[in-house]
Amino acid sequence: MFAADPVPERAWQVAATLVALAMLGPLLALAWTAAQGSTGLWSHMGTYVLPHAARTTLALLVGVGALVAVLGTGSAWLVSAYDFPGRRLLSWAMLLPLAVPTYIVAYAYLDLLHPLGPVQGSLRALLGLEDPRDLRLPDIRSLGGAIVLLGFVLYPYVYLSTRAMFLTQAASLLEAARVLGVRRAALFVRVALPLARPAIAVGVALALLETLNDIGASEFLGVQTLTVAVYTTWITRSDLPGAAQIALAMLVIVVALIALERHGRRRQRYASTQRPRPIQPRRLHGGTALAALLLGLVPVLVGFVVPAVFLLWESIARLQLAGTVSPRLLGIAWNTVWLAALATVVTVALGLVVAWALRLAQARRRPRAAALNLRVACLGYALPGTVLAIGLLTPMAAFDAGAGELLRLLGQEPRMLLMGSTSALVLAYTLRFLAISAGSAEAGLARIPPALDQAARSLGRSSTGMLGAVHLPLLRPALAAAALLVFVDTMKELPATLMLRPMNFETLATWLYADAARGAYEEGVFAALLIVLVGLLPVILLARAGVTWAGSERTAA
Amino acid sequence: MRQSPWAAAPRTLQLSAVALIALLLAACQPSSPAPTATAAPGQSAAGAAAAADAGELNLYTTREPGLVQPLLDAFTAETGLVVNTVFVRDGLPERLRAEGERSPADVLMTVDAGNLLDLVAGGHTRAIQSSVLDAAIPAQLRGEDGHWYALSLRDRVLYADKSLDLDSFTYEDLADPQWKGRVCMRSGQHPYNISLFAAMIAHHGVAATETWLRGVKANLARAAAGGDREVARDILGGICDIGIANAYYAGRMKNAPEGSEQRAWGDAIKVIRPVFSGAGTGGTHVNISGAAVARHAPNADNAVRLLEYLVSDQAQSLYARANYEYPVKAGVALDPVVESFGPLNIDPLPLTRVVENRRQASELVDRVGFDN
Repeated sequence: MFAADPVPERAWQVAATLVALAMLGPLLALAWTAAQGSTGLWSHMGTYVLPHAARTTLALLVGVGALVAVLGTGSAWLVSAYDFPGRRLLSWAMLLPLAVPTYIVAYAYLDLLHPLGPVQGSLRALLGLEDPRDLRLPDIRSLGGAIVLLGFVLYPYVYLSTRAMFLTQAASLLEAARVLGVRRAALFVRVALPLARPAIAVGVALALLETLNDIGASEFLGVQTLTVAVYTTWITRSDLPGAAQIALAMLVIVVALIALERHGRRRQRYASTQRPRPIQPRRLHGGTALAALLLGLVPVLVGFVVPAVFLLWESIARLQLAGTVSPRLLGIAWNTVWLAALATVVTVALGLVVAWALRLAQARRRPRAAALNLRVACLGYALPGTVLAIGLLTPMAAFDAGAGELLRLLGQEPRMLLMGSTSALVLAYTLRFLAISAGSAEAGLARIPPALDQAARSLGRSSTGMLGAVHLPLLRPALAAAALLVFVDTMKELPATLMLRPMNFETLATWLYADAARGAYEEGVFAALLIVLVGLLPVILLARAGVTWAGSERTAA
Repeated sequence: MRQSPWAAAPRTLQLSAVALIALLLAACQPSSPAPTATAAPGQSAAGAAAAADAGELNLYTTREPGLVQPLLDAFTAETGLVVNTVFVRDGLPERLRAEGERSPADVLMTVDAGNLLDLVAGGHTRAIQSSVLDAAIPAQLRGEDGHWYALSLRDRVLYADKSLDLDSFTYEDLADPQWKGRVCMRSGQHPYNISLFAAMIAHHGVAATETWLRGVKANLARAAAGGDREVARDILGGICDIGIANAYYAGRMKNAPEGSEQRAWGDAIKVIRPVFSGAGTGGTHVNISGAAVARHAPNADNAVRLLEYLVSDQAQSLYARANYEYPVKAGVALDPVVESFGPLNIDPLPLTRVVENRRQASELVDRVGFDN
């Protein structure tokens, strides 16, 4: 299709610019709101809120960052460098925690670890104690609790990106290092880790942005982050300009940190002209094999199996108590699936457009504008979902005002086209999660050596034809991973959905929230279970796609 | 501005970007909630048919749907009017502002006096006149100008371990050092607590409230987090002995099915209605759930009908028996469990005074590091 329909490169750049402009819309609206001014905000914030909130946020980010880096990279290395019974199963089971929203995990663990829960209950039975007052364990409603929970739920972001790196890149370099005499034990530290650094950085950045913008779990666990301060300023003090100021200040810091990390590895190039092939895993036997399997199971158990079994258990208990499940849930699950699928298609397509525009510009050695487009397109992920939604209201209202005039000219009754429609939701999801797809596509493209482009060009391919024939097949793993992340993130998305959705429209997340909002988490347990089940679909799809990775690489090489 | 570049765009755009528009339009459901159009899955087809016959109205609510739905169902059964709802948590005023005069909202419903009065102050409501509403709702529980109406009362009470020898309490007692490490409470920034703290400021002034708040903070047994029900749960779990929560949660827990977790939590506590100490006060802090008619309501008449229905004996009794709240209308029977909490002497402080002090209360919470 592409080869028969050559597209001028300029068109890609225009498209990428339009995407970036769409992202600027809500940001400018927020900046405008922030500029309305807020009296005495910063002196109050500076004296009473920021010192504590900044420290808490920093501790949370450092803790979660370290944990996801260790868990994600470690598990990716484990299933890439070693072979043991259960490895294949484990290699996709590692992704499962993605399916569980963090606030559900927080709720499940509070229930399990509460003095009234099964863990402390059995402990008391074991120690022969009767009164819960005789045994007090550390409360999960704490900074430490939040770090552990978020770390075990968010590590798949790192696992996913790092594993892809080990699968496609590592073999030749690792073998060369072996030939040069690097000991097997040192390979991981001296070769694999530096090699995986961009992948780890991308994964950790995604996990940390999720952490930073999380509000459900933080509120539930009583961790006072900066995002909670944004909420307090906006909701409790009705000070939207102040909230926008804090949110934008946070955005600037986040962007600066990400830029710093990129700057740190600006001289490193990772493209390989070698045929990409996975590491030859070392076969483990007996006790070591068992140990490897058990070690690999830990994150899956903590991040997925325990909360999922808890939800299942609670669902059964509810079913016995209530006797029925709301028949609406099926329709709501369908809403969730098609909305997430549509948002995923749009988000991945636009992410590819932005990344491809950069690739073309790089080939001409004039990447500035295209790189800026890509960075701007990624900003939506650095804002809390609600803040982005607030920012979107103004541009959407402007669009509706324009469309209303148009309708009036056509002799029709003006009405809201975008506001309160599912299109508004797709737009919000796309802007929010574009960073995932654009980042994945960019990282995937960076691994494809520019020499391939030159070869394709010299064989007469147009730039667009080259994308279809050469790059897309090579990008498939990266795009599949991005699609998975966007799908599950969209499905779990709550704050923007609550604010922008149409009337009489529910997703699983809003349905669950309706019960959670009045403190009746357990009544939302079916919706929670369905979120996990629907989230499993793309994980399984990706696992199956993983089987064909090798095939697509073979044909491409 | 958005459309002009598209027209001149080269063909690539049609591939990569205009395809997006097509997808969006394909997914676009009309925002005017005519349920006869593509009825979203999960939307009642029967409701759609009734809408065409008897009219409809649109409700924007920050109130949990589980608590409103029984009332709306009863309303529809009685009037044939279909109620389309969207449950918005945060950003209701922002959404209304953006929707402007195109907004389909007819009735705005919130759970906090502050939120309701914010809508009035933001110009999102309109004045209505209804002798039915005026007769049912005491004057201090509605706007003089007909811009807002309270529909139910929510008293903020003390949950205490059932075995404690305690049968009266003042809010001021919460700071008493004898409760050190024994108090559970949700986030100080939650509207329910902010409302209580704002009332404290109105009674005793900012400085005294700050001292009090520091005392309460020092008495906390765990982080100020979670919800009101966790207070009962943590009392049963031995984490704390007393805590502050809304009364209707206790009503719900104590009415939960025998053998359920909730019931065990509810049975572990007794409810004491604290009062503010000091001359001339002596009442229990009460917040409201309420509603207003939206400024640009396309179905304003139906909106008034819903409001009037919500203060009918039938609806008020649903508030009392299904939600365990206090009816605004005198003479409506309470839920027996709620009745067992004893008489409710409402703090006579006007709601508007509470609402005015919210910002100061919230800043105090930050200042004493209540949630840290």
